Amino acid sequence: MGVLPYLVAVWIFLAGCYGLATSRNLIHAVGCLAVCQSATYVLLLAVGYRDGATAPVFSDVEPGSRPVVDPVVQALALTDVVVGATVTALLLALVVQISKRHGTVDPDELSELRG
Amino acid sequence: MADALIAVALLLVAVSATVAVVTRDPVRQALVLAVLGIVLAVLFTVLQAPDVGLSQLAVGSALTPLLLLLTVRKVRRRAQDRDGGR
Amino acid sequence: MSPRLRLWLVCAAGSGLAALLVAACLDLPGFGGDRHPYGDRAVDASLARRTANTVASVNFDQRAFDTLGEMSILFAAVLGCVVLLRQTRDEHRARPEPAHVDRPVRRYTLLVLPVALLTGLYVIAHGQLSPGGGFQGGVVAATSLHLLYVGADYRALERVRPIGVYEVGDALSASAYVVTGCAGVLAGTAFLANTLLPYGTFNTLSSGGTVPLLNAAIGMEVACAVVVLLARFLDQAVEIEEVRSL
Repeated sequence: MGVLPYLVAVWIFLAGCYGLATSRNLIHAVGCLAVCQSATYVLLLAVGYRDGATAPVFSDVEPGSRPVVDPVVQALALTDVVVGATVTALLLALVVQISKRHGTVDPDELSELRG
Repeated sequence: MADALIAVALLLVAVSATVAVVTRDPVRQALVLAVLGIVLAVLFTVLQAPDVGLSQLAVGSALTPLLLLLTVRKVRRRAQDRDGGR
Repeated sequence: MSPRLRLWLVCAAGSGLAALLVAACLDLPGFGGDRHPYGDRAVDASLARRTANTVASVNFDQRAFDTLGEMSILFAAVLGCVVLLRQTRDEHRARPEPAHVDRPVRRYTLLVLPVALLTGLYVIAHGQLSPGGGFQGGVVAATSLHLLYVGADYRALERVRPIGVYEVGDALSASAYVVTGCAGVLAGTAFLANTLLPYGTFNTLSSGGTVPLLNAAIGMEVACAVVVLLARFLDQAVEIEEVRSL
């Protein structure tokens, strides 16, 4: 395994960035941002993983009987998943406003409008 | 065994993320993002993070695609109204 | 900027960033390593406070202040959506026609809805014991209500979803979180410190001190926030139309 999980996180992040930069539709760009976000979850959880360990929940595991993975990074990723979704919603609300005001959601046409 | 599972899940995530980025039509992208959400939930479960997997399943496969689809519908309906009015 | 120049710029900057990130990855501790100093300490602290789900303990006890910040982001994002997606003066509401729903679809949605809602509430309530908690259960409970839109129609959804109530609920649960934090100050310790309530018996519903309270507050906050968000987007997509100026 080695560094494969980290490299996958890097790949997802760069793919999302590429999509953001070349997007012709703001809704598609918001979707690409969601892809970028998921790269951070993959990286965080990969850092916290421990070989042969179980989930850090002791409702059916005797404490101390088995090693557990790192709960701190899981807590970080968990809150970000939900909060990230509401931020996506805010961005989409901005897209709706832009389409109302300018009648287009193509970033290239928008910059022409301003100039 | 666990390592093989993790590797497969990681590759699935990488592939579906790439497909989600190169899918230019927002409606299709929303569906691919739903698939990505489910694959991510599987990966998180394999990585022994059921808490994160659960929230990713609820948010990634239902909430985010739904919001994207509703926005597409609003934007397209406006465009149709405008073209019909002219 | 021409598209070709931009693509070139993206490739150049992207390959630079890729090189740096890969170099950083090669220096990270190996995947699956055995050294997790923070994780081990968090697990010990969680067991000392008799919280079976360590992740809930990190979220609502050891890093409760961080969760307060996350909750404020959530609250601010919802507030922003409500302001951006309000009905403006040049728009009016069109009543959507009730759509025809096939009988099997209707029957199965009405069957699944209470199950999904109950699952959401269960996941919130058992946050300190098993995987789950306010963040996940809130989303499940809120989205389950929207099965009504699939199984019946938009008006049925509007009837079970007075938006004003959910907006008030959102604000109330956000303040409940802060008030629980302040109670710690009044009791003579620190803001959001988990010393207020007895820790209880390990692996029972009332264990973990203030963790279940904060968890419930977050659950209500997230559920109300998602309902309000989806309501605003549905309003825009289904009901609100522009008045034709000509």
